[in-house]
Amino acid sequence: MMSTEHNNTAVLKKDKSSNEVLLEVKNLKTYYPIKGGILRKTVAVVKAVDDISFEIKKGETLGLVGESGCGKSTAGRTILRLLEPTDGQIIFDGQDITNVRGTSLRKIRQDFQMVFQDPYASLNPTMMVGHLVSEPIRNYNSKSEKELKPEVMDLLAKVGLPEDAYYKYPHEFSGGQRQRIGIARALALRPKLIIADEPVSALDVSVQSQVLNLLKELQDEFDLTFLFIAHDLSVVKHMSDRIGVMYLGGLVEVAEKDSLYAEPLHPYTQALISAIPEPDPRKKKERIILEGDVPSPIDPPKGCTFHPRCAHAMPECQSVKPHLKEVKPGHRVACHLYK
Amino acid sequence: MSANSRQHKDAPLLEVKNLETAFSIDGTYYNAVDNVSFRVKPRQIVGIVGESGCGKSVMSLSVMKLLPKGIGQIRNGEIIFDGIHLEKMTDSEINNIRGKDIAMIFQEPMTSLNPVFSIGFQLQEVLFNHMKISKKEARLKSIALLKSVGISRPEKIVDEYPHQLSGGMRQRVMIAIAIACQPKLLIADEPTTALDVTVQAQILELLKEIQEVNDMSVILITHDLGVVAEMCDEVIVMYAGKIAERTDVDSLFHNPKHPYTQLLMGAIPKMDEEVEKLSTIKGIVPSLKNMPKTGCKFAARCPKAMPDCLTVTPQLAENEAGHEVACLLYETSHPKQEVNA
Repeated sequence: MMSTEHNNTAVLKKDKSSNEVLLEVKNLKTYYPIKGGILRKTVAVVKAVDDISFEIKKGETLGLVGESGCGKSTAGRTILRLLEPTDGQIIFDGQDITNVRGTSLRKIRQDFQMVFQDPYASLNPTMMVGHLVSEPIRNYNSKSEKELKPEVMDLLAKVGLPEDAYYKYPHEFSGGQRQRIGIARALALRPKLIIADEPVSALDVSVQSQVLNLLKELQDEFDLTFLFIAHDLSVVKHMSDRIGVMYLGGLVEVAEKDSLYAEPLHPYTQALISAIPEPDPRKKKERIILEGDVPSPIDPPKGCTFHPRCAHAMPECQSVKPHLKEVKPGHRVACHLYK
Repeated sequence: MSANSRQHKDAPLLEVKNLETAFSIDGTYYNAVDNVSFRVKPRQIVGIVGESGCGKSVMSLSVMKLLPKGIGQIRNGEIIFDGIHLEKMTDSEINNIRGKDIAMIFQEPMTSLNPVFSIGFQLQEVLFNHMKISKKEARLKSIALLKSVGISRPEKIVDEYPHQLSGGMRQRVMIAIAIACQPKLLIADEPTTALDVTVQAQILELLKEIQEVNDMSVILITHDLGVVAEMCDEVIVMYAGKIAERTDVDSLFHNPKHPYTQLLMGAIPKMDEEVEKLSTIKGIVPSLKNMPKTGCKFAARCPKAMPDCLTVTPQLAENEAGHEVACLLYETSHPKQEVNA
């Protein structure tokens, strides 16, 4: 069914994601302390991100999926250094940025930007759109708003907003248009990496598809690398080249998207994929229903964190924590079933 | 229960005729639900889909007569449930039906339970309202209900408070409350939207099981076409307060007729298909105040719109057996010429 045109674009895409690694995350941990008592001592820690490692190549989109509380947003924010990592390394464009501070951190931040989930909360309601979009640029140089206007107009056009948007305020826009403003802001500094944290989950289906198409177009135009965080697997599959699945702070499986969907290896990934309601009544798929809820990350289960809900759990799973292993070329999984 | 109860098997349990519900904005009334008619047969699961602002929730609130007082109003039409006209009922009369014969579950399990009362208290409240039952019996019954919705350790949970439960468990409690009096009709308004996919799968399975065991009819309101395909027998697609298309679930997905439905189908990324570009619908759903006065309300966004679409209001009519669509493309005598090309 694939047309030649389709094949061509696929080839083009492959070429674009070079072998150069843009972001490398090594054994990253982010713990939140829970304070209690009169002395506000740390009584426990929430292991929001617990020892994850992955890399993103230039021009590639890596999707991170998982259910609420699995640590995918915390991971994104830690990489941007909006949260302090507890342990591990973040290497961006060949430079270790784990402990960079002050002006050097500010300088590096030009290269990575974020698109947030809630377009209603992430834009300052008292600022004009022109002002909002030029703000990141003004942050780094002394150009006046007037000097920047042509550039801002250009950005607005790129994200598909009308010219008169420049003088309007966020409340005058719909959710989808606000998300476009957020994207224009993220693009303003011509970053190398964009972390998009659930960019479409607050939008209706028809608007969601507009924003997804826009992100893909911009990626081609500006040579962007994406870390795409979302809970909706079909959206993540549409956007990503490779996908990482998170559960309770850990990365349980990383693979090329086709390999992940055709042959999910981790029992959690299998359950997750089988749980998606298919928009076709003729397809009745075998559903794996998981028992119970995700355990608390304050006191995660010993061994494999998924073992209490896993249908294939073995004695070993209760005591030994599995690590990500490559079981097929490019397909890594953290599960004792695969030796 | 009433003299003119269902006479034969296929008679609808719920029949809504020409319903118009309006909201007052600055003193003027605008129709949020505009001349909507449909039926729900016994034991049928009817899905209502559409994007935000299309009137699907307002319609269900109208059926339950739960519209905000002084702002929302049923202006016209009939709501006939099991032979009784709900629209003519007084508040106290409808109170005997609400929660007993028609129950509802809402999207937000976090906010629809009262945080200061125990789970058991909230379950027993419904039982005391509609049944003559002793305290001890009510407690036993609520434990049994919690068990039937798949809650483990129901004897403990019955004394716990909503904040002690997870989102999925709270939605199970909501379902237990809804089915406490074995309603004939359950209205589920986005019951799984706030939940994770694996929990959603659990809740959908539970709803289906309960529907079969209790012989209920269900109106399932959702924006997720995947959920519709999975659950429903019949589907109503709404756009801007009107029914755009109504048919059985198979023809909706394999033979969608209304351009809005077709675009909606193309806009969702599919798991087993690879497309470079998703189809989009330009613009957004118009707000109540800016609704086009004449013609088809989708005309401005429709890629197939013809000159007549701006002036002639399409009527919902049967195009194929059991498949109704409100679109001028399927009415003859309109010159086919695209205006939004």
